[in-house]
Amino acid sequence: MSTLVALLLPFAAAAIAPVATRLQGHRAAWLLAAAPAAIFLHFLSMLPAVAAGDTLNGGVDWVPSLDVRLSWMIDGLSLAFALLISGIGMLIVLYAGGYLKGHPHQGRFFAFILLFMGSMQGLVLSDSFLTLFVFWELTSVTSFLLIGFDHGREAARRAALQALVVTGIGGLALLAGLLIIWGATGKSDMSGLLASGEALRESPLYVSALLLVLGGAFTKSAQFPFHFWLPNAMEAPTPVSAYLHSATMVKAGVYLLMRLNPAMGGTPLWETLLPLFGAATLLCGALLALRQTDLKLMLAYTTVASLGLLVMLTGLGSDKAVEAAALYLVAHSLFKGALFMVAGSIDHEAGTRDIRGLAGLRSAMPVTFAAGLLAALSMCGLPLLVGFLAKEEIYAALGFADGWTAALTVAVLLGNAAMLVIALNVGLKPFVGALPRLPGQPHEAPLLLWLGPAVLAVAGLLAGVVSTPFHRWISSPLATAIAGEPIAIHISTIPHLGVPLLLSALTIGLGICAWLASGRLREGVASLLAAIGWGPDRGFDQAMRGLIRLSRIVTGVVQCGRLVVYMTVTFIVAAISVLGPMAASGEWPAWPALPDLYFYEWLVFLLAAVGALAVLLARSRLTAIVCLGIQGFAIALLFMLFGAPDLSFTQFMVETLSVVILALVMTRLRLLPTDRRPGPHKIVDGAIAVAAGVAFGLLLLKVTQVPFDGRLTDFFNAYSRTIAHGRNVVNVIIVDFRGLDTLGEIAVVMIAGLAILALIRIRGRRIVAARREA
Amino acid sequence: MRTLIFRTAAPYLTSLMLLFSVFVLLRGHNEPGGGFIGGLIAVAAFAIQGIAFGVPEARRAMRFHPMAISGFGLFLSAIAGMVSIVFRVPFLSGLWWSPSLFGVTVDLSTVMLFDIGVYLVVVGSLTSVALSLEEREEP
Amino acid sequence: METAFAGLVAIFFAAAFYLMLSRHLIRIVLGVAILGNAVNLLIFTAGRVVRETAAIVPEGADMPPAGAANALPQALILTAIVISFSFLAFLLVLAYRAYQELGTDDTDGMRVAEPAEEPPPPMGY
Repeated sequence: MSTLVALLLPFAAAAIAPVATRLQGHRAAWLLAAAPAAIFLHFLSMLPAVAAGDTLNGGVDWVPSLDVRLSWMIDGLSLAFALLISGIGMLIVLYAGGYLKGHPHQGRFFAFILLFMGSMQGLVLSDSFLTLFVFWELTSVTSFLLIGFDHGREAARRAALQALVVTGIGGLALLAGLLIIWGATGKSDMSGLLASGEALRESPLYVSALLLVLGGAFTKSAQFPFHFWLPNAMEAPTPVSAYLHSATMVKAGVYLLMRLNPAMGGTPLWETLLPLFGAATLLCGALLALRQTDLKLMLAYTTVASLGLLVMLTGLGSDKAVEAAALYLVAHSLFKGALFMVAGSIDHEAGTRDIRGLAGLRSAMPVTFAAGLLAALSMCGLPLLVGFLAKEEIYAALGFADGWTAALTVAVLLGNAAMLVIALNVGLKPFVGALPRLPGQPHEAPLLLWLGPAVLAVAGLLAGVVSTPFHRWISSPLATAIAGEPIAIHISTIPHLGVPLLLSALTIGLGICAWLASGRLREGVASLLAAIGWGPDRGFDQAMRGLIRLSRIVTGVVQCGRLVVYMTVTFIVAAISVLGPMAASGEWPAWPALPDLYFYEWLVFLLAAVGALAVLLARSRLTAIVCLGIQGFAIALLFMLFGAPDLSFTQFMVETLSVVILALVMTRLRLLPTDRRPGPHKIVDGAIAVAAGVAFGLLLLKVTQVPFDGRLTDFFNAYSRTIAHGRNVVNVIIVDFRGLDTLGEIAVVMIAGLAILALIRIRGRRIVAARREA
Repeated sequence: MRTLIFRTAAPYLTSLMLLFSVFVLLRGHNEPGGGFIGGLIAVAAFAIQGIAFGVPEARRAMRFHPMAISGFGLFLSAIAGMVSIVFRVPFLSGLWWSPSLFGVTVDLSTVMLFDIGVYLVVVGSLTSVALSLEEREEP
Repeated sequence: METAFAGLVAIFFAAAFYLMLSRHLIRIVLGVAILGNAVNLLIFTAGRVVRETAAIVPEGADMPPAGAANALPQALILTAIVISFSFLAFLLVLAYRAYQELGTDDTDGMRVAEPAEEPPPPMGY
C-alpha cells in the first residue's frame, strides 16, 4: 500500500460512512475503523527505516504548470504523529460507534471524523508548504463541523464559529509566514527548508516570518491569549474532544513548531517567546482547570496547560528539553485521549459530568475504572507509566541553573501539581466512596466504549515498562527529527536519585495536598476570576458584535440604496479616472485641426447632436421619442457614410423597433419626460455630465492621435477570403473568427427576451389574481 | 392603426419583408447582411403583422412560440459548433462542404448553420418582446 | 474627421449621463438609449474612420482594397447594437413594471430591496 493510498483512504472511508451507517447502524464503526487500522499498519511497517535514520520522501504532481506538488516527507516526527492519528483514530471511531449509538446523524459524524483524520494526517505528512496549508485549513474546517455537530444548540454554534475564526485567522497568518519563508529562502517545501535553515535565520525577514508562523501555531495549539476557544470546543461530542482537542488537532501547532525547530529555532527570539508563552499558557490552563467542576472542562484546561508545556519545551531547545517534549507529546496523547473517553463513558452511563455529584462507580464500571486510573496515574507521572518518563525528563531539562530556568521550573512544578489534581479528580474521584443518587443507572459501558480507553491506558503502561524498544522505535527518532540531529533517549522507569526525582516527589506531595483541598481551591480561583471579570472569551463576543455593527455602518454608506448616488459616484469616478492621469502626466491630446467634412456630412453630425440634446429638453413623450429616433437615424447615416453598411442597416432596424416599443410602453406609462429636479441639482448634475462627456471625448481624441496598430485588422482582412471563404469581413468575424463571442451574445439576447417575457407574465398573473379577489 | 389600407397592404409587406430577411441572411457572408440584420428585418415584419391584425393573429401566423424559435436558434448555433468535434478540430471551427446536385454546386458550411441560428435567436427573442408589448392588457 | 466624431461622442456621453442622473425612470431609459449609441461611436472612431469603402473583398480578389474601413470594430458594434436593444427593451419593461407595482417613477422612492430603515442584523450566533 503506497502512502498516497494511505493519504486518500480516510476521505474514501468518509464518503461511504453515511451509507454504511444507514445499512449497518452503529456496527458500521467496525467497518470504518478498518481504514485507520490499515493506515496504522502501513506506517508501522515504516518504523525500521525511520528508526535507522532515513527520511522517506514522495509525492505526486498536483498542478505541474504551477510547480505545485502533493509531496510528503516521513521522518520520526511525522511518523510518530501519523501513528498517533491513525491509532487513536481507529479507537475513536470504535468509541463513537458506541457513544453515538442510535443518534440520527451518526453516519454524518463518522464522515466528519474521518474527514478530519485525513486532513490531520495530510498536515503532518505534507512536505510542500502549499499542501501543508491546505490540510491545516481543512483541519480547521472539519473541526468547525465537529464542534458544531449538535447545531441545534446556540452554545455549540458559538463554539464552532469561535474555533473557526480563531484558528482560521491563525491559518492566514501561517500562510503569510510560509510565503515570507518561501520568499526569503526560495524553498517551498519542508525538506528544502530544513537544509537551509541558516539562510532563514540570518534573513532580515526572519522576525516577521517567525511572528506570523507563531500566530498560526499559537492559535491552533490554544496558547495564551488564544486559549479560550479550546474549552468552548468541549461543546462537541466527547469522541471529538478526545481526538481533536486533546490528542491530535490542537497538537498541530506544536507539530509545526517542532518541525520548524531545526530551521527557525535556536535564536534568542525563539528561545524567549516560546518558553514565555508556553509557561503563561501552562499556568493559565492549570489555574482555570482547578476552577472547573465539569469533567470535560477540567480536562480541556489541562490540555491547554499541557500544550503550553510542550511549546515551552520546544522553545528551550536543549537536548534534554527535546527529549522531554518528544516523550511528553506521546504520553499526553495516550493518557489524555483515554481520560476524555473515560469522562465520556461516565457521562454516558451516570448521566452527569459534574464532579461534585459523582462517586462510587468502581463496582458498577470496573473496566472503565481500571483504564481511567491507569491513565490518571500516567498523567500524575507515577513510576512504571510513560508519564513518569516524560516528567523526569522535563525536570532534568530545567533545573535551577539561573533565574530564568528557575522561574520556568517553578511554573512547571505548579502546573504539574494542578494536573495531578485534575487527574485524580477524573480518574479516581468518580469511582471511590459511596454511590450517590445519579441521573442515570450506572453499569459497565459496552465493549465499544471501554475498548478505546483501555487500549490507550495499557499502551501508556507498556511504553513506560518496556521503555527500550519504545525509545528505539518511537521517541528517539521523534526527538531526532525535532532537534535536527541524532538524539538517543535512555531514560527508564527505574528512578534515579537526583534533582528530577526530588522535584517529582515535591509535585506529587503538593498535588495530593491540593487535591484534598480542591473544594476550597476551586472557590478561591472562582473569586479571583470574578474579580478580574473580563476574559478573552467575552472579548471575542465583543469583537464579533463590533464587526457586525461596523459592517452595518459600512453597508449603510457604501450601499445607501439610492440609484442617483451610485450613478453620481460612477460618473465622477469615470471622469476623474480619464482626466486625472491626463492632467497628472500632462498628456493632453494635441489641438485638432478643423475636420475636413463635406457639407452633407456636417449636416448629419449636426442632426445627431441636435437630436441627442433635444431629448434633454423635450416636454412631451412623443417629442422625446421622436428626438431619440432622430439621433439614432443620424448615427445610422454616419455609419453609412463612413464605410459600415452592415452597421447602418442594423442601426436603422433597431432604431425603428426602439421607437415602436418606446411608443408602445410610453402610451401606457403616463409620465412626463420633463426634468423635475430643482435648479441647483441640475447645475451640479450638468457639470458632472459635461466633465465625464468631455473626458470621453478627449480620450477618444487622444486615441486617434496615436499611431494605429492594425495587426488584428490585417489578420482578418488577409484570411477572411482565403481561409474562411467569406468576402464580407465583418460578417466573417462575427460568425467565424469570433463565433464563440457571438454564441455568448445571442444567448444574452435570448435571456433578455426570456426575462422580459417573465416580467410581463408576472404582471398578467397578478392582475388576474387581483381581479379574482375583487 | 388598423386602417383598411394598412390591413390590406400588411400581408404583402410582411411576406415581402420575411423573404427579404432570408435573402439578407443568406447573402451575408459575401455582401452586407447576415443573421443579425436579417433577423431584425423579420422582427419588423412580425411587428407589422401584429399591429395590423392584432397579436393573437400574429402568434397564430408564427405557429410556434417566439421563444421556442429563439431556443431552437441557440441550439442550432451550438450544434454548428459541435460538428467540429467529429473532425477533431476546435469548437466552432468553420467546416465547408460543397455537394454538386445536377451540376449546380452549393456551398454548405457550419458557419452558415451558425448564422441561421443567430437569425432565429434574434427573430424569436425580439419578436417575443415586440408582440408581448403590443399585447394590450385584457380589457 | 475623427475630431468631429470625438466632439459628437462627447456630446452624446454628456447628454446620456445628464439624463441618467435625473432620478426619473423615463429619462434614465432615454439616457441608456443614447449611451449605447455613444459607446458604439466611441469604438467605431477608435478603429479609425474612412469614407465609404466597406470592408468587403471584391470579386476575384483575396483581400479588401487598401484603405477599406476597419472591420473589427464594426463586428463588435454590430452585436453590441442588438444587445443594447435587448437591454433597452428589458429596462423599459422593468421601468414600466416598477411603476405599476410601486406607483412611482422616482428612483429615490424605490427602496424595496434596500429599505431606508433596515432593522439591525441579529447579534447572536
